[in-house]
Amino acid sequence: MIHSPYIRKPASVQRVMGTVLVALLPGIAAYVWQFGAGILVNLALASLAAIAIEALVMRLRKRPVALAVTDLSAVVTAWLVVLSVPPIVPWWITLLAVIISIGVAKHLYGGLGQNPFNPAMVAFCALIVAYPALMSQWPGAGQLDFAAQLDLILGGARQPDGITAATALDALRTGMRSGASVGTVLSGSDAFGVAGGKGWEWVAAGYALGGLILLGTRVITWHLPTAFVAMLSIVSGGFWLVDPAQHASPLFHLASGGAMLAAFFIVTDPVSGATTPRGKLIFAAGIALIAWLIRSFGAYPDGIAFGVLLMNICVPLIDMKTQPPVFGHRGERT
Amino acid sequence: MRSLFRFHGGVKPATNKAASTTEPIVKAPLPGRLVVPLHQSIGGTPCPLVRAGQRVLKGELIGAADGNVSSAVHAPTSGLVKAVEPALMAHPSGLTMLSVIIEPDGEDRWAELERLNYRSTPPDELRDFVRDAGIVGLGGAVFPTHLKMNPGRESRTRTLVLNGAECEPYITCDDMLMRERAAGIVKGTAILRHLLQADEVLIGIEDNKPEAAAAMRAAVQAEGESMEVVAIPTRYPAGGAKQLIRVLTGIEVPHGRRSTDFGVQCFNVGTAYAVFEALTCGHPLISRIVTVAGNVDRPRNYEVLVGTPMSDVVRLSGQRADTNRYLMGGPMMGMRMPGFDVPVVKATNCILVASDALFPPPPPEQACIRCGECARACPADLQPFELYWFSRAKNFGKAQEYHLFDCIECGCCAYVCPSHIPLVDYYRFSKSEIWARERDKSASDQARERFEFRNFRQEREKEEKAARLAAKAAETRAKLATEPAVDCAAMAPAADAAEDPKKALIAAALARAKAQRAAIQPKNTDNLSAETQAEIEQIDARRRTTGSASAALAPAEADPSAPDTQP
Repeated sequence: MIHSPYIRKPASVQRVMGTVLVALLPGIAAYVWQFGAGILVNLALASLAAIAIEALVMRLRKRPVALAVTDLSAVVTAWLVVLSVPPIVPWWITLLAVIISIGVAKHLYGGLGQNPFNPAMVAFCALIVAYPALMSQWPGAGQLDFAAQLDLILGGARQPDGITAATALDALRTGMRSGASVGTVLSGSDAFGVAGGKGWEWVAAGYALGGLILLGTRVITWHLPTAFVAMLSIVSGGFWLVDPAQHASPLFHLASGGAMLAAFFIVTDPVSGATTPRGKLIFAAGIALIAWLIRSFGAYPDGIAFGVLLMNICVPLIDMKTQPPVFGHRGERT
Repeated sequence: MRSLFRFHGGVKPATNKAASTTEPIVKAPLPGRLVVPLHQSIGGTPCPLVRAGQRVLKGELIGAADGNVSSAVHAPTSGLVKAVEPALMAHPSGLTMLSVIIEPDGEDRWAELERLNYRSTPPDELRDFVRDAGIVGLGGAVFPTHLKMNPGRESRTRTLVLNGAECEPYITCDDMLMRERAAGIVKGTAILRHLLQADEVLIGIEDNKPEAAAAMRAAVQAEGESMEVVAIPTRYPAGGAKQLIRVLTGIEVPHGRRSTDFGVQCFNVGTAYAVFEALTCGHPLISRIVTVAGNVDRPRNYEVLVGTPMSDVVRLSGQRADTNRYLMGGPMMGMRMPGFDVPVVKATNCILVASDALFPPPPPEQACIRCGECARACPADLQPFELYWFSRAKNFGKAQEYHLFDCIECGCCAYVCPSHIPLVDYYRFSKSEIWARERDKSASDQARERFEFRNFRQEREKEEKAARLAAKAAETRAKLATEPAVDCAAMAPAADAAEDPKKALIAAALARAKAQRAAIQPKNTDNLSAETQAEIEQIDARRRTTGSASAALAPAEADPSAPDTQP
């Protein structure tokens, strides 16, 4: 048997996943700065749970445990789940999210590389449907100290109204429902900052910075984030230009909710996403479109998770129809 | 400045070329034994022209090209043919190949050499000459060169590309050849150009070989040729013929098509030099430049006689103690040799001495995460991970649909894969499975055709026989009707013949058969002379007596030799 090549680039799944974790750090730092260290508790909890579940499931599947645990893919999923849900969800919600994402969405489909759906988004969707109240309790910037957050995460009775504030997308939705225009809603609530949600725009900036790290280290290509941002800007910008009273600006859409996290860390999940250059553009643009539609006309404040899952379904078709021409076959129909 | 094109993907592994270019090419000493495989090119295996015990001279033909898609093999030195027998091939399969084993006499005496003036020789003769000089592509593919010395369908070539890219890490044989023997290469190229009627000649050299490019430029100028030396960006696999043609001309030659269909032909610099040596000096291809690199103390290039055991050459460079295998070729596409003493062949551009420390075994294979690194590295614009999934699932139809056979097995995908998947192994597996299935299918198609034809033939013969019988029966019946009492009159059953024509038929047939039996005599006893007749009778008599005697002794065992003579 021939076994060339005999040399390999020093690359590994572990290194890819490690780079993603590092790229998440600026966003997490902004998170802690704006909203307190509670998120760190949930991140640590989720990381441990993810490793434990990964090891358990691999053992049940009679697969090598050590390799799966050390590849850091479970930790990446855990962090993305935690960063998608409110930072002060109780510990059992975090645990449940990790079980759903890694146990169900990843391993029931065959483990790393086999899952058709983004595990973090599966967990997010399952939880927002199952626990809509807990999943919409977001703290305001600087509102809760670490002790209060710890208390909320690790137990104790919850008095939602006193401790949380509406997010930008929530506030806008509620305000618009009552008939006000975008302008009056934005100026009439302290939930808003310069571009998006107060505090959240810093976190979004942190994610964007991390995204640049991923682009710089070639972990992701430009296609997915660019198509996502472009589509969200184009569709929101179009409606905003026509009717600024009824539609928020593109900047608002980009800086609010999970837009930046999605653009660089969620839609870029290689396993469940489209893989061809053209396919990536279609996939990310589709998510942005669905997200904007749900934000503007749907029943949920944000729609990125649903957009991701819906577009995940389309991936085999997109990939099949966007195969790039092969060397020497340019101009032929494939 | 010529504007260059780029091919998609490619990788930039550490080139590791500097170490073997510090010393000039040196002739490897004559080994104690040469093992010259007869099959050293793509195509037919030359048949041996020498026997054990025969003396041969350097450059003497020892294997003649078998058909047009084949190439001749010559004695690399003068000496004694010790044997013509199968010997281990320079191939990972570990199979053997009929080889001529020569014990050099140390005189290194040339056979009578034939030279040729290419300008005054018709192209057909030139091609035959090159075939009989054993010249094959020295870039590693060993395709018979004379088959490529053809202008193609349009009877002229636009661009002749000379491949001096040498993109594989460690290998420097072309680099050193260009530095030291540029004039010969340019002269050889002029011959190739003459045969191809090429408008332009582009000599592509990766820009990490400035000395070679300078030497070639100087030689082109000195020879007064209009050829362009083009420095191309260093990126593996820029030295792949299709990639180099793409970089220099922008033309993409698809899988399964000839570059001549697009007006381009491509030769390796070493091949051009071999053509020059053959025509101008009369030297057939009996040696080549071989890089020895890797796990050795003094990496270097040697001019090595074909048939020299690899270990003899490596010893010159100081093989290190932990060496555990040789690779032929570079680290990206090289092949593991089945032993240390396999012979250097025309395809041996490099002996890469390997150890587990230098080329560690790959880390454990992990799951594919569809990151697409492989697709970004693939110079054939394939989606390697898709091919991997299809190969893993043995979904060979889909793999072919996704252009599996456009894969050139350059190894870029496996080189970059973060999951350490031996991707190329998967493609080789799929390709060989598909080939095996196609072979099986064509074999079973043939078997089915044979079977169907046999059934058809049997059916046809049955029908023909039935028709023949029916015709005969009708004839006989007609005969019986007209002359009812011919032969049958003498027979007893003939009485009721009139009442039962069937019985009459049978009776008639029986009578005929009897008459025939009576008529048939052993043919070799006809027309005998009187003496022979007497002799036969004598023998018969003797047989009769012994026969009865043995019958008397052992009545159960009648003499089988004379059953008919039993009384």
